[in-house]
Amino acid sequence: MTSMTRRTFLAATGATAGAMATQGMFPAVLRAQGEPIRIGCPLPLTGPFAALAADMQRGAQLAQDELNAKGGVTGRKVEVLFRDDELKPAVGAQRTKELIENQKCQFIVGGLAAHVQMAINEQTKKSKVLFISTSQSDEISAKPDTSPITFHEALNPTITSRVMGTWTAQNLGKKWWIIYADYAWGKQNNAVLQDTITKLGGTVLGATPYPLGSAEFSAHLPKIQAAKPEVLMSVTPGADNIAFLKQARSFGMDKTMKLAQPLLWISYLKEGGPELYADIYGSINWYWELQDTIPSAKKFVEASMKKFNIPPGDYGAYSYSGVLEVARGVELAKSTDSEAVANALRKNPVYDHYKGKEWWRPCDNKAMQDMWIVKGRGPGKTKGDWGLMDIVTKIAADEKYDRTCAEKGLA
Amino acid sequence: MDVSLAAILPQIFTGLVLGMLFVLLAIGLSLIFGLMTVVNFSHGALYMLGAYCTVFLLGFTRNFWVALVIAPLMIGTFGLLIERFLIRRLYGRSPDDPLLLTFGLSLVLVEAAKLIWGKIGLTLDPPKELGGALNLGFMAFPAYRLFVIAVTIAVLIALWAFLTRTNVGLIIRAGSRDPLMVRALGIDLNRIWLLVFGIGCALAGLAGALAGPMRGAYAEMGVTMVIESFVVIVVGGMGSLLGAVVAGLLMGQVVGMTTLFAPKLAEIMVFVVMALVLLVRPSGIFGEAGLAE
Amino acid sequence: MAALSAFVNRHQVIAFGAFFAVFPFLMPYKALASQVLIFGLFALGFNLLYGYTGLLSFGHAAYYGLGAYGTGLALAKLKVGSIWLGLAAGPALAVLGGAAIGFFCLRRRGIYFAMLTLAFAQLLYFIAFHLADVTGGDDGLRGIPLLPIHLFGWKIDLEGSLAFYYFSFVIVWLAVAVLKRILDSPFGAVLQAIRENGDRASACGYDVNRVKHLSFVFSAFFAGLAGGLDALRLAVVPVESLYWVTSGQVVIMTLLGGAGTFFGPFVGAGTYLVLGDRLAVFTERWPLVIGLIFMAFVLFLPKGIWGTLVDRLPHRQAAGVKP
Repeated sequence: MTSMTRRTFLAATGATAGAMATQGMFPAVLRAQGEPIRIGCPLPLTGPFAALAADMQRGAQLAQDELNAKGGVTGRKVEVLFRDDELKPAVGAQRTKELIENQKCQFIVGGLAAHVQMAINEQTKKSKVLFISTSQSDEISAKPDTSPITFHEALNPTITSRVMGTWTAQNLGKKWWIIYADYAWGKQNNAVLQDTITKLGGTVLGATPYPLGSAEFSAHLPKIQAAKPEVLMSVTPGADNIAFLKQARSFGMDKTMKLAQPLLWISYLKEGGPELYADIYGSINWYWELQDTIPSAKKFVEASMKKFNIPPGDYGAYSYSGVLEVARGVELAKSTDSEAVANALRKNPVYDHYKGKEWWRPCDNKAMQDMWIVKGRGPGKTKGDWGLMDIVTKIAADEKYDRTCAEKGLA
Repeated sequence: MDVSLAAILPQIFTGLVLGMLFVLLAIGLSLIFGLMTVVNFSHGALYMLGAYCTVFLLGFTRNFWVALVIAPLMIGTFGLLIERFLIRRLYGRSPDDPLLLTFGLSLVLVEAAKLIWGKIGLTLDPPKELGGALNLGFMAFPAYRLFVIAVTIAVLIALWAFLTRTNVGLIIRAGSRDPLMVRALGIDLNRIWLLVFGIGCALAGLAGALAGPMRGAYAEMGVTMVIESFVVIVVGGMGSLLGAVVAGLLMGQVVGMTTLFAPKLAEIMVFVVMALVLLVRPSGIFGEAGLAE
Repeated sequence: MAALSAFVNRHQVIAFGAFFAVFPFLMPYKALASQVLIFGLFALGFNLLYGYTGLLSFGHAAYYGLGAYGTGLALAKLKVGSIWLGLAAGPALAVLGGAAIGFFCLRRRGIYFAMLTLAFAQLLYFIAFHLADVTGGDDGLRGIPLLPIHLFGWKIDLEGSLAFYYFSFVIVWLAVAVLKRILDSPFGAVLQAIRENGDRASACGYDVNRVKHLSFVFSAFFAGLAGGLDALRLAVVPVESLYWVTSGQVVIMTLLGGAGTFFGPFVGAGTYLVLGDRLAVFTERWPLVIGLIFMAFVLFLPKGIWGTLVDRLPHRQAAGVKP
């Protein structure tokens, strides 16, 4: 739908130029004339990941405000339109269609659940619309799902589990038990964790799948206790994470082994509380206390505190960066044609919006980025409402953590 | 299979806890179905509300024991209102209609819960006295779960006493055997049905209140429980209370053991058992042939 | 008014065609029109079993899902080169599933039947979830190509929303015509007789079980065809297609529209989907509104929108099927 014809492109720039000429005296905000640039953002506002989606929404809104305060992008206002995908692929696909067809969105940034973003991606590929995915998934940047206009901002199971797995093996212990949610994300993490620890000379005493969303872990825990691992790696997303930690602690497992997980989500630390998350290890793409050391982080955090009185979290950071990258691509390409923007981003892959240098890997449009190992702060050690984690160490961005392009089917 | 005895015994206990929740839900469903031939699809939503009410009351009174007693009563009262103002309108109509109505009700209640208490869910902690793990020698088992088992057994005994030793209990049992005859004897069945619906809902609320500290309270928590509870009463025999107890405990063990030996099949097992029972002994283990066929 | 409703009553299939030919232009966006058409077909299948035969199935997502996976697997995995073959594979698989599951479920009646259908649907859901190598698991079956159709030497590309709509429209229209044939036939009369009083129908000498089973299979066919079309529309088959929520949706749609009426399923599908789509833009709590509306209908308007309209509007009662 959105491949701009030469005529419409010229018309748009012509209108903008004319508007700017006549209103040269007016403030930047009024100069953003012409058709706005619309970015559609499907996300699971209802459902178990609603907290993460709310964070994502805030991040995108911050980006939108920032861009418009500067006068928009190529002189045009930026509008981000949010739609609830209800964590369901069919709904995500339908809402994406509505955003593209009805609302005339030229770009899509969003998706939180892996299976939903796949469905979104099928629609954006069909309509030839640039899609920056903010969901954790291994497949989105690989064949057959990826495309020249599919970009992946978020981390993926391969990267997170390789990073967390390596650090855990080196610092917490080499005899593991893994418990993982029995669906795509969980299985991918499990596979990578097992691969990582075995290559480092450790052992996996056992790996237990459990049905996603079923908060009944007590059926599995006695068996794990009996095996006496050094580290219990849990791949338990969303609300499962809290239920799991509760039950593991009630069985006394925190006293006999170290508890670690590939990712820690601040929204759930907030909900679960410091008693639950004390000394739980995980990795993260972003934590607001990074503002102490990184200037772009400070700017990002201040903007969020000013507008929402909540510091941005991991998914807010992804969507913030995604929207800003769309804008950057449009500025570079001087066009809202998705293919042109995609090429422009690949030609100028380096960016830094909130945590330091990131770059798009050219073969698979994957964002390479720094990560941090973090640990939950116990009760009494937290700082304010959101100072819930200690930063243990930084893991610098490195393409070796992800699969190679050849492994993904892209040479 | 690499499973040791040390893992099996605790698993049996775990299956027992799960079974107890199933029993509470299944008995409620069975009472209602046996007497009124109404399938209450909103049972899962009431279970969920039981958990949320407990959180709410806990915040109010700071006393877990009080919350545990009052929450089921609140849900039971809510059940009375549902019967009186919603279900009663459907008597005399197609037997599918109460199922449809309560299905709609369950959607409404789940959304209402999200509206009132937020989308994320709330955490609920057991009281300090029950917080630790009891060392049973061969394993450390969470004290709170043993508490759940104890409470359920106590409630079942009380219910059994009520049904077999009191006049009202007698009427309820007679009413599910032969409603026409009971009416002919001049007994106001409407009041009895109201009471039974309320009791059934209160039991669901109790199950939710007990489950809360184990799993937290979140809006979708009743969704799979209600389907599994239906399976339990179909296996046990719809309308049979003994069947509800036996099947509930059986299903708890099925889930527990499958989780131990073949985790991937755990979700499916429940349905496989149901399909088998329905093919081999259609009215369920303790059900009576001809009921609602 | 009376003349119009008489016309609609007597020429149901033509009226359907006329309305849905212009339908996309009445919708906020074209893709929504396709969704209404497809779910209307799904509800049509369900209505055959519930509204006309009197059997409440709470697991109809199974046949919709089997249809979607059938078409999806044929086109994405087996790579059959023709869209027609791919589309045919869907209802074919659904019919097989319907025949098997129907055989088991029909051994019981009433509520048992409903719960059994739900159980089998959940069983299929979990199987599809875990057979990830075949079905894509919870990531869904992706990469379903929307192949162009070749008609009279022309190649027609179906990628555009309007083109796809009219493609689906022709197929759904044919299905509606087939349903009309079924309902108008002696078989259709027996179905309704069974709904009214199964024992009496049996006493009249009809093989009630066989008729019910056949109805089940036909119902699965329509649901499967809808699933197949949806697989083409979404380019993915999400595993939720088999989930009980999908079964619940088709129940709500049919009841809302009017069970046991010819147009009811489409009216219900349209109302449910358009309402849901438009409400969702304003509030996250739209399922609450729909749930309340549904409950109100069960209590006060059990005939549904179209059913109630048909009762109120003046018309001459034509022999055969209710509008």
